[in-house]
Amino acid sequence: MSVILKAENISKQYRLGVVGTGTISHDLNRWWASIRSKEDPYLKVGAVNDRSTKADSAYVWALKEINFEVQQGEVLGIIGKNGAGKSTLLKILSRVTIPTTGEIKTKGRIASLLEVGTGFHPELTGRENIYLNGAILGMTKAEIKVKEQEIIEFSGCERYVDTPVKRYSSGMRVRLAFAVAAFLEPDILVIDEVLAVGDAEFQKKAIGKMQDISKGDGRTVLFVSHNMAAVKSLCTRAIVLEHGTSVFEGGTDDAVSFYLNLGNTKGGETLRYFKEEDFEKQSFFIESVGLKGEHRNYNDPLTREDDLIINLTLINHSLKALVVVFRFKDDDGNVIFVTNSKDAQLNLEKEGKQLLAMQLPKFFFNEGKFNVDVMVTNGKKQLFFEPDCVQFTMLQEAKELGQWMGKTKGPLKPVFKWIFNNEG
Amino acid sequence: MSKIEDDGWLYTISSERKLIDFNFKEIWRYRDLLMLFVKRDVVTVYKQTILGPLWYLIQPLFTALTFTLIFNKVANIETGTVPPFLFNLAGVSIWNYFNTCLTATSDTFKTNAAIFGKVYFPRIIVPLSIIMSNLMKFGIQLLIFIAFYIYYYLNGAEINITSSVLFFPFIVLLMGLLGLGLGMIISSMVTKYRDLKFLVGFGVQLLMYVSAVMYPLTLMREKLPKISWVVEYNPLAYIIETARYMLLGTGTFSWFGIIYTVIVTLIVLFFGIIIFNRTEKTFIDTV
Repeated sequence: MSVILKAENISKQYRLGVVGTGTISHDLNRWWASIRSKEDPYLKVGAVNDRSTKADSAYVWALKEINFEVQQGEVLGIIGKNGAGKSTLLKILSRVTIPTTGEIKTKGRIASLLEVGTGFHPELTGRENIYLNGAILGMTKAEIKVKEQEIIEFSGCERYVDTPVKRYSSGMRVRLAFAVAAFLEPDILVIDEVLAVGDAEFQKKAIGKMQDISKGDGRTVLFVSHNMAAVKSLCTRAIVLEHGTSVFEGGTDDAVSFYLNLGNTKGGETLRYFKEEDFEKQSFFIESVGLKGEHRNYNDPLTREDDLIINLTLINHSLKALVVVFRFKDDDGNVIFVTNSKDAQLNLEKEGKQLLAMQLPKFFFNEGKFNVDVMVTNGKKQLFFEPDCVQFTMLQEAKELGQWMGKTKGPLKPVFKWIFNNEG
Repeated sequence: MSKIEDDGWLYTISSERKLIDFNFKEIWRYRDLLMLFVKRDVVTVYKQTILGPLWYLIQPLFTALTFTLIFNKVANIETGTVPPFLFNLAGVSIWNYFNTCLTATSDTFKTNAAIFGKVYFPRIIVPLSIIMSNLMKFGIQLLIFIAFYIYYYLNGAEINITSSVLFFPFIVLLMGLLGLGLGMIISSMVTKYRDLKFLVGFGVQLLMYVSAVMYPLTLMREKLPKISWVVEYNPLAYIIETARYMLLGTGTFSWFGIIYTVIVTLIVLFFGIIIFNRTEKTFIDTV
């Protein structure tokens, strides 16, 4: 195995706001600085690419100091949320634009598929477009001629191949375009979510072809996708990007679970505090709700071996009977179960501050991400509702080497009592 | 990293820009794409039209006819022994070649942004294909010119083709390269400053009037000696004047004019390539 592609300190800076006004003055400033061999006055290292916060500089780093190596024959996945810098990285890899700093060295020819059907001309026939599109993607006429028949067969558009493409249905156009791309034979193939096209049958065919390309032919592939299943089935290794920096690099499964947990640190908390104002016009309020492992701190990682405990501090001014309801949901928002304090015969009529704790057994939840909605009712009417109030992630229990490490299906994986019943 | 290891890399993508980054090997690799672009441009322009490629002929014929009526019949511009229509047709055809090359090239980045944003290939392929497909159109127009030439010749018009016509392809090449160079400079700047787009539109129109398209160069010197320098310093005027000298044996031929034009063309082309190369790498961020 040898390194076929190497990215060193790749950074890319973009200018925010309206390009076009004031660029002449900036251009002149830059030019003046470069003449005096000074640093570019607009290249401030700092600003992190976070969409949600307002930037203090007019320039932003879409990518910052990305380093990675790709081995010959490897299928590298690049995953990240929208705006994480995936597309920018792809654009640099496919030489559509250049990095602001850093460099990418390659030992092979890169062909990029950021889109299928680039350069298709509606007036030309399917066959003519195969040649045009193939040539745009870097094939020579002779290479296309050899594969022409295969491409037409794969696309399933044989009947229409001499009809102008403008008469094609959009599905047919995509099929034809993908077929051309599938028969590309570069040293390194860069693919961006092109699988998200066509009907289910064609998608299956496309993924199959992708697998052939990467596994069968031993081609080096860089694959960017939101489709975690596709990433898992195709890639051998993956990089996770967030806000333009590489936050994880490693095995596909680890990378995917890291990616899925990225949201955890933001919206999800294991301990929530409320203010009295949040409970306007109510005669009670919840000071805090939190979930943790017993004998552990909040925000410690939870494993299936931990007994869980939900602590809730309730301040009641009313002497009315209150019912606290917890609704447990899986990562997709499906309710797994609902439990309340009333069924547990808990009397919440007492005035003043109450520290409540609900215990959940260990070996109950499966590994994964869970959300808890918190509700307070008076037995008839809902008085307070906070969806996704607490979030937590269960990790696998420690297992001995050699055991199966995969995840079983279902949100729960309880351990029940088993007995030998030989006498009966 | 050691020198030896460095040599193993096929190419490097970095922010470094060489002044002239003209990779002939790579352009040669994409020659099929160049031909396919030329084919696309020629074939698709007049698809689903009734007259089809005839439009290539209608345009110059009617322009030449109009010029003849306005400038020769109404304004009485003298074209010597050469029939005015033939005089104008020659000028218009050659001017059109330059005009189409320049306007199409100057739009390179904008019209191809969708493709350029997705796939890499040497960007210069596109302007080159424009020059070549327009050359084909010019070839068709030249045929109609020859047809009229023969017609007038048989009707006894005094037109002398000179042996210098052998250098006519050279003149056409010069015209194409000048259009390419100027077009590349403009195309690169248009990506940032859109104003230029409007400038080109009417700038080219104005340019035609100082390029000796519908009058002989000598006439300008006679009638407007004070501002004839505008025409004299315009390399396009020399190209058109020389072309007419070659084809019709009218007008003047000056070595100074030709050498001056060649030098200007080379300078423009040189700067065109430099600017184009600089732009092609990052234009997608600004367009």
